Amino acid sequence: MEILTWTYILVGLSFALYIGIAIWTRAGSTQEFYIAGGGVSPLANGMATAADWMSAASFISMAGIISFAGYDGSVYLMGWTGGYVLLALLLAPYLRKFGKFTVPDFVGDRYYSNTAKVVAVICALFISFTYVAGQMRGVGIVFSRYLEVPIEWGVVIGMCIVFFYAVLGGMKGITYTQVAQYCVLIFAYMVPAIFVSIQLTGNPIPQLGLGGSIADGTPLLDKLDGVLTELGFAAYTSGRKSITDMFMITLALMVGTAGLPHVIVRFFTVPRVKDARLSAGYALVFIAILYTTAPAIAAFGIFNTIDTTSEKNISELPQWISTWEKTDLIKVNDKNGDGKVQYVADPAVNELTIDRDIMVLASPEIAELPNWVVGLVAAGAMAAALSTAAGLLLVISTSISRDLFKTFRPEISEKKELRIARLAAAGAIVLAGYFGVNPPGFVAEVVAFAFGLAAASFFPVIIMGIFSTRINKEGAISGMITGLLFTIGYIVYFKFISPETNTSEFWWFGVSPEGIGSIGMILNFIVCVTVSKFTPAPPQAVQDMVQEIRIPRGAGTAQDH
Amino acid sequence: MPAQNEKMKAYWRKNLQTLFILLFVWFVVSFGCGILFVNELNEIRLGGYKLGFWFAQQGSIFAFVILIFIYVVRMNRLDREFDVDEE
Repeated sequence: MEILTWTYILVGLSFALYIGIAIWTRAGSTQEFYIAGGGVSPLANGMATAADWMSAASFISMAGIISFAGYDGSVYLMGWTGGYVLLALLLAPYLRKFGKFTVPDFVGDRYYSNTAKVVAVICALFISFTYVAGQMRGVGIVFSRYLEVPIEWGVVIGMCIVFFYAVLGGMKGITYTQVAQYCVLIFAYMVPAIFVSIQLTGNPIPQLGLGGSIADGTPLLDKLDGVLTELGFAAYTSGRKSITDMFMITLALMVGTAGLPHVIVRFFTVPRVKDARLSAGYALVFIAILYTTAPAIAAFGIFNTIDTTSEKNISELPQWISTWEKTDLIKVNDKNGDGKVQYVADPAVNELTIDRDIMVLASPEIAELPNWVVGLVAAGAMAAALSTAAGLLLVISTSISRDLFKTFRPEISEKKELRIARLAAAGAIVLAGYFGVNPPGFVAEVVAFAFGLAAASFFPVIIMGIFSTRINKEGAISGMITGLLFTIGYIVYFKFISPETNTSEFWWFGVSPEGIGSIGMILNFIVCVTVSKFTPAPPQAVQDMVQEIRIPRGAGTAQDH
Repeated sequence: MPAQNEKMKAYWRKNLQTLFILLFVWFVVSFGCGILFVNELNEIRLGGYKLGFWFAQQGSIFAFVILIFIYVVRMNRLDREFDVDEE
């Protein structure tokens, strides 16, 4: 069968599965809508968290980024997994014991202040919206590349699917769909990786293949270092970023991961505190499977690309290059007219331009796998984008219906609250879809900064709220605002106001805008502690609550008290 | 209940000790081996990998997984020991 037919069949089947699950698990109460009734098993929650977490960017782009960045790409690998250690050890069990529905709930109660809650809601909305627009765009891109429909139509179809199960099913529908989506995406990611690994190194496990040797007996990574330096590029295994910048970016991504509201909220859905701890462990296992495979796909991809194109006759290039040339993801331009491809670091001489996304998208074709594998990768990419979009939309709708509406109009009935939540989810999908079709030029940039903002705003305030009884509302509010404003200010200055000075000589302490969230976080901590020192301690009831959440016993299902 | 209070303080102290040790290892495998001392470790080889590069792209992630499971086991034991576990 043709690639296109296979793609339609596999993507269609996966969509039918998600919709079936959504109908089967639709939510009847606010408790089911916000936290899936609180009865999700740690294993299922771990899978759902992994799918929620791994976005279109993780699935499609990350391996390609590493292909071209080499060692420097490690910031994403360590940053986006190390955060789970912080989450498991410092946040998840205590927030589960606290036992409400959202992060602003915690901030509002712990800091006994609706102002603090509203600041937290604004942070949550800002982070989630920037992130979700990127996902919708991802859905559109996958549709247009594989199913040959225009991006706009792809976004609209994606919106309808997410609308259906997020609005109908709430957290309950999302959770069980995400379990299915994880299975689809990990299978789709691993199949081509395993085959490429066998072809190149003879080892079926990509994680070992990356450290294996190619046919002539040289270790793959050494060969790659040699080939790249010969062509004028930096060696694959050595760094180009400064150590300070590597350090700060990794830290910002780790702490940001632990502060993302759509990830934190997943730990409210399990029955017990010890399930929250265990569930974070499972989540990281499921994430690690993809994240330790990605660097292997990265190295195999760049090696194969150079090996099959560099100094080869243009008329004899492999089939996949001409297939993907149609999508403009790869371009060959014989500048010196010698009929051969020169792939070199010098842009004036270089004749081959490769989009990073090709490393994953074209991997089945590079490995000459059967057509159904291509369809599978399309379904996997779609699963990654849809699952993350749904998780984010839920945070947005909960923030509006519960953290804003219910806080200021506590008398509304549960039925009405549920209706507002669904309405908010629908509104958020339309808005996200609009940005997916008409992306403001800065969306792609901003998604990366959502982490810096989460790091600089939420993380310190939640940690201090658990590990200190002395931090008060004045400290928390001023800390959050300082962290947020400082980080936004730094990013806006270097990215939009004065982009020409966005180089290491102008950066403060040599920290790039990607890593500035770490400094924002430290500022937040300092301001928070200092302001608290000079203002009155929190009321006794709040201090007792903090003591209470430190002990696992007595955690009922999260509920509306 | 002063005796109860003392017990909770002891529980919390042990919890913090556990966190401190695990987070120290967390820092060493990622920021230490993967970033700060990567060049020194790259002199050592692990099969086809340079050791520092391996830590940055593989080893640290495996270590993170192990750390969380150690934490789970250790905390479950601590909860039972101090009789604050859930039924």
